[in-house]
Amino acid sequence: MSTTATVIARDERLRRASFLVRAMRRPELGALAGLALVILFFGIYADKSMFTLGGVMTVLAPAAELGILAVAAALLMIGGEFDLSIGSMVALAGLILGVSLAVLHLPFVVALLLTAVCAAALGAVNGTIVIHTRLPSFIVTLAFLFIYRGLSLVGLKWATGGSTQLRGIGDAAGGGFLPGLFSGLAFHPLFTWMAAHDMIQKFPSGEPTVQGVPVSILWFVGFALLATWVLLATRAGNWIFAAGGDANAARNSGVPVAPVKTALFMLTAVSAALVATLQVMNTGSTDALRGEQKEFEAVIAAVIGGCLLTGGYGSAIGAFLGAIIFGMVSIGLTYTHFDSDWFKVFLGGMLLLAVLFNSFIRRKVTGER
Amino acid sequence: MSDAPLIEVRDIVKTFGSVIALNGVSMSVRSGEVLCLLGDNGAGKSTLIKTLSGVYRPTSGEFLVDGKPVAFRSPRDALDAGIATVYQDLAMIPLMSVTRNFFMGREPVRGIWPFRRLDFARAQDVTREEMMRIGIDVRDPHQAVGTLSGGERQCVAIARAVYFGAQVLILDEPTSALGVAQTSVVLKYIHIVRSRGLGVIFITHNVRHAHVVGDRFTVLNRGRTLGTYDKSEIAIEELQNLMAGGKELAELSGALGGTV
Ligand SMILES: Nc1ncnc2c1ncn2[C@@H]1O[C@H](COP(=O)(O)OP(=O)(O)OP(=O)(O)O)[C@@H](O)[C@H]1O
Ligand SMILES: [Mg+2]
Repeated sequence: MSTTATVIARDERLRRASFLVRAMRRPELGALAGLALVILFFGIYADKSMFTLGGVMTVLAPAAELGILAVAAALLMIGGEFDLSIGSMVALAGLILGVSLAVLHLPFVVALLLTAVCAAALGAVNGTIVIHTRLPSFIVTLAFLFIYRGLSLVGLKWATGGSTQLRGIGDAAGGGFLPGLFSGLAFHPLFTWMAAHDMIQKFPSGEPTVQGVPVSILWFVGFALLATWVLLATRAGNWIFAAGGDANAARNSGVPVAPVKTALFMLTAVSAALVATLQVMNTGSTDALRGEQKEFEAVIAAVIGGCLLTGGYGSAIGAFLGAIIFGMVSIGLTYTHFDSDWFKVFLGGMLLLAVLFNSFIRRKVTGER
Repeated sequence: MSDAPLIEVRDIVKTFGSVIALNGVSMSVRSGEVLCLLGDNGAGKSTLIKTLSGVYRPTSGEFLVDGKPVAFRSPRDALDAGIATVYQDLAMIPLMSVTRNFFMGREPVRGIWPFRRLDFARAQDVTREEMMRIGIDVRDPHQAVGTLSGGERQCVAIARAVYFGAQVLILDEPTSALGVAQTSVVLKYIHIVRSRGLGVIFITHNVRHAHVVGDRFTVLNRGRTLGTYDKSEIAIEELQNLMAGGKELAELSGALGGTV
């Protein structure tokens, strides 16, 4: 048998992948480069206050809410599907939470669970329809984009007697530990301590200028880290990549593709409910127009983060960075002398660049012939 | 040990809409036996083995594993029953690494939930070892399968099925893209797997390969079983005729100037 000979003969073809090639294989490389460019741009043109602690919080707060959606959208995209209904789901979940608290006067725990369960169930409906009809998820969830938005409008008018806004939810939720997880600032004592020791800026009164970290940022970071771990280090992650890479091959190899995809649809819906909860708890109100266009922004952030539109490739950390780029550009322009309406031009350009870069990288590094 | 065949199907029918792919096929494979499934292009070989491996559900007919009727709902069920398959299209994900493909659907894990994670070290060792055994040096286990050559990819699929097949190994034209060395390794594999007591179902268009490793031959033609023959009953020329769906190969051979 000439197996050993074959092996030895092949050995000289073993070329160590250089660090650069290894780095290029990571899908989030483009987002990292993009972030560096954006920071450079604002470093040159923006007012210095953008890069103070306060400025960073101002940029990260909107990035966090979008980012939670973007990370979930990225997982779903890697799994080979889209969900265009997440923006409307934010409004619908906000309505469910708001009505449970302010109209039905349910305890916060119950209202929260009810919202999460409803969102998960609606996500499962999305997933089940997509899987059983084999229609593109794009078109199925586009239908739900309108259905959920319409339901939110109708529901809010019904609950308020004609208005599309429901107020006074914060008071109905009350205080305590659980509502505190979704509203206000975290690490307040730490920031006070740092101010007392002159480590951060403070007012003459001694109060720190930045009182803490908005909880949404913590949710964002936590969710992105968890998603990254699941994607790269667990069995579920392998199944997500496989289901998106080639659903048929994955199924034939023993991956439970349908449950994986359904779970991903449920996850995106629940992440929309989380964003809704954060918004409702921080503003004390809900509005039928909440989350408008967020579905597109989330997809854009995921693509900037390296996700392929065809599925099977991408990263949660990339979507995290994509959302931060998004936040920096949308807020950052107000720190410059540029008209902030350049934002959309910038974003479209960024998206186009990311798509071109992604497809180039895919061909180059993953050897698609 | 029971005397029942590992896998047996009787009068299996499988239709896709108006297309009748299988129209009453019967076959069986026993422990320690290589069954060669032969037939023309479009005879229904792949459809039959996809029914055996849980990809398709039969429209009608009996399907027995170890003498008991089964109804696999997905390939995962078949894998759990110890039936591993190398599909004609290989069922590989080009964008995923060799290791991730090798263990796709059957990932080794360590730690306790919720901290349970993939055991990469073990997965990598096993992949490298199994690939080495089949005669392929996986230079970099992180390499995407899409960058492998067609034959190398086929070897990954075969090594994977051999590693996970506990009862029955099904191979759908596994050597179509392989070099001489790798082909002989695969034929040797089939031999080893048989001596371990597994049943093997082997689809090939190469009569020599079939004759070297096969114990029995089931011939399909246009979705029906043409017949099943023991190796002792049939000469290699007859087998060749049967593989062409009973067409007179001698005629063909004459028309082509005796080259077939
Ligand atoms: N999913 C499907 N939908 C419709 N028809 C199908 C499907 N799968 C197979 N067929 C038809 O069933 C018949 C048998 O196909 P099959 O792939 O089993 O042939 P085969 O014996 O494996 O051929 P080959 O030697 O070329 O691989 C063909 O006529 C094919 O067109
Ligand atoms: Mg075939």
